[in-house]
Amino acid sequence: MSKLKPEVTEKDHAQGKQDAPIIIVEYGDYQCPYCGDAYPIVKEIEETFGDQINFVFRNFPLQEAHPFAFPAARAAEAAGLQGKFWEMHDALYENQYRLDEDLFDELAETIGLDIEKFQADSTNAEVKQKVEDDFESGVRSGVNGTPSFYVNGNKFDGAATDLYQMLKESTE
Amino acid sequence: MLEKGTKAPDFELNATPDQKIKLKDFLGKNVILAFYPADWSPVCSDQMALYNEMLKYFSKHDAQIFGISVDSVWCHLAFEKDRNLHFPLLADFEPKGAVSKAYGVYDEEAGESKRALFVIDKEGEIAWSYLSPTAVNPGADGILDALEALDKK
Repeated sequence: MSKLKPEVTEKDHAQGKQDAPIIIVEYGDYQCPYCGDAYPIVKEIEETFGDQINFVFRNFPLQEAHPFAFPAARAAEAAGLQGKFWEMHDALYENQYRLDEDLFDELAETIGLDIEKFQADSTNAEVKQKVEDDFESGVRSGVNGTPSFYVNGNKFDGAATDLYQMLKESTE
Repeated sequence: MLEKGTKAPDFELNATPDQKIKLKDFLGKNVILAFYPADWSPVCSDQMALYNEMLKYFSKHDAQIFGISVDSVWCHLAFEKDRNLHFPLLADFEPKGAVSKAYGVYDEEAGESKRALFVIDKEGEIAWSYLSPTAVNPGADGILDALEALDKK
């Protein structure tokens, strides 16, 4: 079974209780329709299992297949530099159906970012590196498509709905 | 299937209607062979899309990747164009599946290649091989581990 490499660190974007017993890591692509489908289910998992879950998102943009995946990942990381990674992450998935290059500034404005800083950060080398490091860690961890989920460091063989089901059964 | 330590059987297959790839021309370079059942089927597509994103990681290890299936060159061309693939797909088309058979990864019943990976070293010897369940995309971590092991040699 494939293992998460490297493990979750403070450089990751995490939601929920830090010392939660269940750490879920998703490798996702903002333009991938399957990730779009998984998004509301992940939300439901977070709501249903609350403090038991710590949810981490890592970027896995398939740039050749999805031309907006890499810029979207950079937009979310740039928002993260203003403390609003999750706001941008959510906004991107909620607006996935109309993803294009003009959307990023619009969403940045909606979630209240400093636009000039956001634009500069979106193209900076550090942000680009963060996305590429996430991608490489995904490859190392055996990601074979998006979304791929890891539960407490082990690759979960299934979709978000299967994950929900598994958690439900294991916490009952 | 051929295992580690075996000399990789040479082959000559079409990558395009007028371009043939000979394995022995790649001596001195690491080579990755990714046998897969068919163009267009969902799992293969994800697998090839993943390798497409990984070309720069492969070239870091001085490795060239080839996809191989029994589809014809014209089918490969349309598939490459549709998926924006930047590495060659080879047609193991005539005689059908001959190279897949030489590597021990032909599925007689389906009439397709199995889903199998080989990493061949610079001397033309198989350094790593892996047979994946047909429905499962094997990812790329095994390939990278094998290439890294070769770098250390």
